[in-house]
Amino acid sequence: MQLFSTSIGRKILMAITGQCIVLFAVIHLLGNSSIFGWLPGGINAYAHHLHSLPSPIIWGFRLGLLAFVCIHIWFGIQLTMENRGGRPRQYAVKYTQKASFASENMIWTGSLLLLFIVYHLLHFTIQVISPETAALTHPDVLGNPNVLGMVVAAFQNVGVTLIYAGAMVVLFLHLSHGIQSFFQTMGWSNDRIQPFITKAGTLVALVMFLGYAAVPLTILVRILK
Amino acid sequence: MSDHKTMTLTLIVWRQKNANDPGKFETYTAKNITEHHSFLEMLDCVNEDLIHSGKDPIVFDHDCREGICGMCSQVINGAPHGGQDRTTVCQLHMRKFKDGDTIYIEPWRARAFPIIRDLIVDRSALDKIIQAGGYTSCHTGGVADGNAILIPKPVADEAMDAAECVGCGACVAGCPNGAAMLFTGAKVSQLALLPQGKAEAAERVMNMSNAMTECGFGNCTNHYECQAACPKGINVKFIARMNREFLKAQFA
Repeated sequence: MQLFSTSIGRKILMAITGQCIVLFAVIHLLGNSSIFGWLPGGINAYAHHLHSLPSPIIWGFRLGLLAFVCIHIWFGIQLTMENRGGRPRQYAVKYTQKASFASENMIWTGSLLLLFIVYHLLHFTIQVISPETAALTHPDVLGNPNVLGMVVAAFQNVGVTLIYAGAMVVLFLHLSHGIQSFFQTMGWSNDRIQPFITKAGTLVALVMFLGYAAVPLTILVRILK
Repeated sequence: MSDHKTMTLTLIVWRQKNANDPGKFETYTAKNITEHHSFLEMLDCVNEDLIHSGKDPIVFDHDCREGICGMCSQVINGAPHGGQDRTTVCQLHMRKFKDGDTIYIEPWRARAFPIIRDLIVDRSALDKIIQAGGYTSCHTGGVADGNAILIPKPVADEAMDAAECVGCGACVAGCPNGAAMLFTGAKVSQLALLPQGKAEAAERVMNMSNAMTECGFGNCTNHYECQAACPKGINVKFIARMNREFLKAQFA
């Protein structure tokens, strides 16, 4: 296997790890949606179920995801550095026909997402940013962690909502190029289906953006309390 | 021709004596240009004026001037071959420009293509990729019967679409990463599609993609600028096919 050393191999690793992270983000979004009440006990019960899973499953999942994120970041930086030297001098006139803002700025949208993920983990997973509303130390009446209370308290703040909504715009940009790239890189594309894959990828990215941004925005305007 | 209006253009041209010279832009005026001049003929006119005034003419690559050889290689206003769909520089005509226009003319810019002089770059890196696997090994001898190996028409057509590549290097020049994936993808595909090429398909894709990296080409990040720049309209589906061939080779 020459996946870790060759140009196409590393591109395939970027694609597979990226797509696995997208699949995680889809599951995460489905979990978030329990805040709108389709699950008895809401998001607090969902959090309780999740935390009641055997710890080898939880930690296996976390470490696996961490490995994917690390591979994605490592090769993302390595390939970007190599590519920066690919054209030693830029043309006097910038002219692009197919490249997009999203495709040209993957390293920056990726870096912003990494910063956001660190902040988000400190905020809602490790819960050290606002300990006075931390769900782990403030159970609800049923004894479940009060995720709803923690999230509502956070997103009633305009600044926090803006950080989250802004990060989701960045996620949209990253995925609008990333999802269709996955299919191209895996070789699951041709001239007939490529326009469809590009549109479907952008649509999935848009759904992710709307789904994720819905929680902080509905809380900010006090629809969700 | 006297009834035709002529154009006067300002050219800002990259001049570089050799690979070690840092190079710089020089400004020239192109006078008495008609809309019927091809871009290269326009440069010929400018060069005649330069020669008459005792200056060095602008050095550029060209050969057939029919749009089929892939020799001409200029980036015009940031676009390889000038940005007209499926057109090489030699087939780009001055009717695409207006009197008074300012035109930037630069060489292909890529790490793997060192500048030889002015607008001429060394494209032998593409030859090295071909040498690494762009062939089929076969016994010499009598010419085989044309229909001895049956190839479905759609497959033959697709192989031919890939084989349209003339190796001009516009894909590399257009790629922000200086990658040669469209060129290599086309060459890998045209052979991998056909029965004669399948025997060495796994070896070929590995050797050619390794040669690509060794020659200093960048990595593909799916901008698809290569397809837009290609004067033969080679589709990025051939990059997807090469990626597929690469994955298959891992299990071969």
